[in-house]
Amino acid sequence: MTTVETDLQGVVEDAAAHLYVWALKDIPQDLRDALAAARLRETSVTGIRVLETIHRNVNIADRDGNLVCQDTGIAVYTCRVGEHFPLHPTRIYAALKTGTERATLEHPLRSNAVHTITRENTGPNTGYRLPIVHWEFVPDWDGLDVKCVPKGSGSENMSFLKMCVPADGVKGIKRFVLDSIVGAGGKPCPPGIVGVGIGGSADYAMYLAKEAITRPIGTRNADPIVAQLEDELLELLNQTGIGPMGLGGDVTVLQCHIEHADTHMTLNPVAVNYQCWAARRASAHVSAGGDVDFDREA
Amino acid sequence: MAAHRLTFPVDEAAIRTLRAGDEVTVDGHIIGIRDRTQIRIFDQGIEPPMDLRGALLLHTAPNVRKLGPGRYEKLCIGTTTSARMVRFTEPLGAQYGVRAICGKGGLPDEAIEPMQRLGMVYFAIVGGAAALETTQIEEIEEVAWEELMPECLWRFRVKDFGPLTVGIDAHGNSLFHDVQEEAKRRLEDLYARL
Ligand code: SF4
Repeated sequence: MTTVETDLQGVVEDAAAHLYVWALKDIPQDLRDALAAARLRETSVTGIRVLETIHRNVNIADRDGNLVCQDTGIAVYTCRVGEHFPLHPTRIYAALKTGTERATLEHPLRSNAVHTITRENTGPNTGYRLPIVHWEFVPDWDGLDVKCVPKGSGSENMSFLKMCVPADGVKGIKRFVLDSIVGAGGKPCPPGIVGVGIGGSADYAMYLAKEAITRPIGTRNADPIVAQLEDELLELLNQTGIGPMGLGGDVTVLQCHIEHADTHMTLNPVAVNYQCWAARRASAHVSAGGDVDFDREA
Repeated sequence: MAAHRLTFPVDEAAIRTLRAGDEVTVDGHIIGIRDRTQIRIFDQGIEPPMDLRGALLLHTAPNVRKLGPGRYEKLCIGTTTSARMVRFTEPLGAQYGVRAICGKGGLPDEAIEPMQRLGMVYFAIVGGAAALETTQIEEIEEVAWEELMPECLWRFRVKDFGPLTVGIDAHGNSLFHDVQEEAKRRLEDLYARL
């Protein structure tokens, strides 16, 4: 038992080290397609200039094996852990942390992690409670899905929370998302993915907003009422005219993803978490036996 | 909207030819700078050991590898959000003769008046396009204040740097201001449809 656990921890650590660098260098195909479609739709001169430059940049990153964007972000992982996966989450966390450190030192990558008060560097993209992991536990399964989402600060700084009241209804939610994206302007490197979390509590709404930006681009919420809100918000946001890099144009956002939770009858929280055009993510599936299957599209 | 090619450093006359929305490509020398660099210059009153007259300043914190004393190799160089450094705009122009500031996301409206009065512009780069930007930086020629790593003063030699968009010109125009005004007008209509 001990041997198996140790091996599996090494496997997850290797996977994390690979995922972090891979995510930073090679953006997923669905994002490439969304950026290409945006270029075809855009009509403003500055917007076309921005989207063509992004396209050139992605190709150069491929050619030179360089990072798509210089901001290596904070490492965020989402883990779906099967109830029978033979490595405890404490060990999975340790593996993700060491994997992040190894990627940072071996590549090398810029380290961004600092103590939040002293601003002193705390480690190679790790520190107290860094990296950040979102956990989901899955019954009747013995596998592990791990996804790395490096999150840049320019877009993370454009995060907003409002405790709407029930009387504000869906209108209040829409209005707050619109105001947030107009207020953010060019700062979060638009066009990107607007992650929206609704319901739950204040903290959980923001957690859900972050989950929303980790989804493959253009996927829709399983609840048809929420999926309809995603479509409506996408359409509204692209009528604001903010445009690529906030210089004006037709494409302000590539997508709007919403995650929701049921809530208290007197609560109506709405959180916005922006993901820039460099919406980097990379995934791996780890089997109970330690086989790793890297997945570009998850 | 015209296209220009400029070799930095430049004089005021060259800056005054630029209009908001124009496309600019840059050759010559540019200077990398960030929050802590400017805090040292203006809040701590320490003179920068590089000549900033006519300069283009780039808001950046480069990923580099150290080769030897004062010598660095570029790994990945990109651009950071400018808005949080807006308060340095006026003194950079007035005290040091800086002509252009390049970053991402734009500068708030308080930059418009000093840029017009002093003959300065803001260039919007495509944020996050660091793989491309790195190929346009030919060499890191000089680094000062290494103890602020990576927020040092960097002197880069660049070729075909861009495309940049004139976000704020020296005639009182700001694309960012115009886009926000237009968005506010549109929001009124959108609210009515919710
Ligand atoms: S907001 Fe995103 S694309 Fe822009 S600089 Fe930051 S990480 Fe890069």
